[in-house]
Amino acid sequence: MSRPLERSTPVPTTQSTATLRSQPPIETGARPGIFRRVLEVVGVQNISLLMAIALVVAVIGSQNALFFTVGNLRVIGTAIAISGLLAVVQTIVIIMGALDISVGSIAGLTSVSSAMIFTATGPFLGVVGAVGIGMLCGLLNGCIIVFGRVNPVIATLATLAAYKGVAQLISDGRAQGYTGADGFFVFLARGSILGVPTLILVLVIIALLAHVVLRYTSIGRNIYAVGGNDIASRLAGININRYLIGVYVATGAVAAIAGVLITARTGSGQPVSGSEGLELEAITAAALGGAALKGGKGTIAGTILAVILLGILTNGMTLLGVNSFWQNVAKGALLVLAVVIQQLRSGERRIGLPG
Amino acid sequence: MVKTIAPAASGIDPAPPGTVMLSAAGIEKSFGPVRALQGVQLELRAGEVTALMGENGAGKSTLLKILTGDLQPDAGTLTLAGDEVRFTDPRQSRLAGLRVIAQEPEVLLHVSVAENIYVGALGRQGLMFNRAALFARADEDLRRYGFEKVIRPETLGSALSPAQRQIVEIMRALVDSPSVICFDEPTSSLGDEEVVILFKLIRQLRAEGVAIGYVSHRMQEIFELSDNITVLRDGKFVGTKTTADTNHDDLVRMMVGRDLSQFFHRDPVVPGETVLELRGVTNSHVTDIHLEVKAGEVVGVSGLVGAGRSELMKTIVGDLRVDSGELLMGGTTMSFKAPADAIAAGIGFAPEERKAEALLLKRSVRDNVALARLRSLSRWIFVRAADERALAAEYIARLGIRTPSSEQLVGNLSGGNQQKVVLARWLATHPRLLVLDEPTRGVDVGAKSEIYAIIDELAQAGVAVLVVSSELPEVIGLSDRIYVMAGGRITGELARDYVTEEQILALAMDEAAADPDLSTSLS
Repeated sequence: MSRPLERSTPVPTTQSTATLRSQPPIETGARPGIFRRVLEVVGVQNISLLMAIALVVAVIGSQNALFFTVGNLRVIGTAIAISGLLAVVQTIVIIMGALDISVGSIAGLTSVSSAMIFTATGPFLGVVGAVGIGMLCGLLNGCIIVFGRVNPVIATLATLAAYKGVAQLISDGRAQGYTGADGFFVFLARGSILGVPTLILVLVIIALLAHVVLRYTSIGRNIYAVGGNDIASRLAGININRYLIGVYVATGAVAAIAGVLITARTGSGQPVSGSEGLELEAITAAALGGAALKGGKGTIAGTILAVILLGILTNGMTLLGVNSFWQNVAKGALLVLAVVIQQLRSGERRIGLPG
Repeated sequence: MVKTIAPAASGIDPAPPGTVMLSAAGIEKSFGPVRALQGVQLELRAGEVTALMGENGAGKSTLLKILTGDLQPDAGTLTLAGDEVRFTDPRQSRLAGLRVIAQEPEVLLHVSVAENIYVGALGRQGLMFNRAALFARADEDLRRYGFEKVIRPETLGSALSPAQRQIVEIMRALVDSPSVICFDEPTSSLGDEEVVILFKLIRQLRAEGVAIGYVSHRMQEIFELSDNITVLRDGKFVGTKTTADTNHDDLVRMMVGRDLSQFFHRDPVVPGETVLELRGVTNSHVTDIHLEVKAGEVVGVSGLVGAGRSELMKTIVGDLRVDSGELLMGGTTMSFKAPADAIAAGIGFAPEERKAEALLLKRSVRDNVALARLRSLSRWIFVRAADERALAAEYIARLGIRTPSSEQLVGNLSGGNQQKVVLARWLATHPRLLVLDEPTRGVDVGAKSEIYAIIDELAQAGVAVLVVSSELPEVIGLSDRIYVMAGGRITGELARDYVTEEQILALAMDEAAADPDLSTSLS
């Protein structure tokens, strides 16, 4: 095979090129300082999230000393574990330029089915079965979108309703099974390794896995590419369909893990009550963390920071006795504020629908 | 009855020819540390065409945006018809009689050409708007300006070719009877036939006393059309010349500050074995295509816009299906199901729409260069970061990509450097066949000659190159052989040494003459 442009002696035709190449490159200015380099590594988005977390911690901590106890940190950690899992996978879906609204329903369906399979067989098959069902749900989402040519929002809006219906059908709308006496489920819900609650460990493992895949693998790079420019990705040899379906299947699997954790925490399979509204929390965290709904942009680190911020905000406001209606208003205001700041920084012109 | 638009001449009394209609002086504009314009001046006179030239990044687009009020200058004055003006919004300049025809016009996809033209100024009867009257008015206006054969009022925006979009944009401007019109590279998306119509229109406007600004990279057009030429370089005013008193070499010197004596240069290569062969390839876009490209050959594909050139390229690279006929690579029959298969067979493809179809604008130069061969840069699924950086650095140096670093976002590079990033992506895959669709569109003179040199080097190294270009001098200058297309078919094959622009044009219009239906869909 020929190796282009690898000639030791320049061909005469490159004379003009050579003169052009000798021009100095664009001025880069002085070497960036330490501060700039830290900023580049961590990212402006994440720095502002960290600052917001520090601010919230300072305000709440100064009002209520209970906030800093180890016990309370565990409360916060276990409270955000389940929505955190969904936020992590939602971020990947969003980076691809799609959306999965059905994750909450998949969690509900797998919560119920894990408990039912557990009752019939045992904990191992309960978990494996649930993950299998979650993957099937994701596969169906992906196939509807790719082969049915349905917009991801519409497709998963439909399956959000349908999967919820299936969960209610198989459970007759009631909580199923009792896992509160099973060692494995109890370990998931209340156990810990080296003092770290299992729930938090599960989130950490999944988040790290997602982070590594997105950042350091060709799979992750192609996911960013598909979200950034799907035509260019296809012309560069990426099988877009495979990536879309693959990400939806992975999302289903992680939603199923979230479903199993719901079962473990409540001690029984919950068709609806433990999972309803989780999809919106997940999208909230991803958006707060800097993922752009247009695709091609977002990080797991940003999403996790956003999940933590939302978690301590909820916890802190509860500690301070803010009523839960006002808590919802505060979370909504935070999201709007964060995205407005983000958009103003981007310098986009204020005309029509935002990009 | 809906009022028809007044022709340009019957608006305000036209100023006598030669009157300065628009004058910009001492314009300064910085974007952060980048000084985009420094002390730039420009005068547009009634009844004259003033060409604005300069390499990409010279500041032409910034200057046009300042004229319309899309951007505000940091310093300097704008004078329109004798009055000093300060526009803060494009609408204000529009009302004052100044229009700029965008290079890539936005068109509403789901409404008709007529509605697209009068958008924002649809005639009404009470609350309802009268579709029939609107179509009649559009038809009349299209006729007045000579576009009735190339575009119909009822066609939907989504069905328009780039050339037809351009016409819609021009019609939108004419609705306001402006006294100053600036065209921003209007011919970059037009076929030769539409260019003729456009030039006729511009001459008509000039005769009516409109002051015309004309931005273009194409020398030939500028000499054909303009009365004066203003040249910018690196954001600075270089000079204004009377067209009759200057020549090609003079202008190139002004633009690039250096001589480009050999713009096209091809060292003859003895062609090797056949790399690509098409035998009667047919699908819904192209018909019965027979074509051959040998190793070390540069083969040009010419034709009017809409002749099926881009579609043929997309068929070759596996983006469109082959319905019948055979596509052979190195003598083996291929059936590509997706571009990935063509890449595996050793084909690289730089598409026509660089930003929409090739680049990840929000990712780094490194990311973009590595995109098509990530797998070979990876151990299992993990990308070897050091190898990837080395690859990017290698191609930045080889192709002379001007970027602060390999981590720069591609969206921040100039058009020519973006195109080089696309070329780098494919050179990095070591292709046997490189398919280039309009490789120099929207690219400045300096980068153009660099791209030509790259193409020549590739051929020297034994790569087979297939180039589509709308610029006839470019096709003739670059190619060893030229295929001419019309109406989805190849209408002729010409050898380099005997080719003239007239021959290519005759073949390109061949089909159009034979098939009367085509004259309306041609574009």
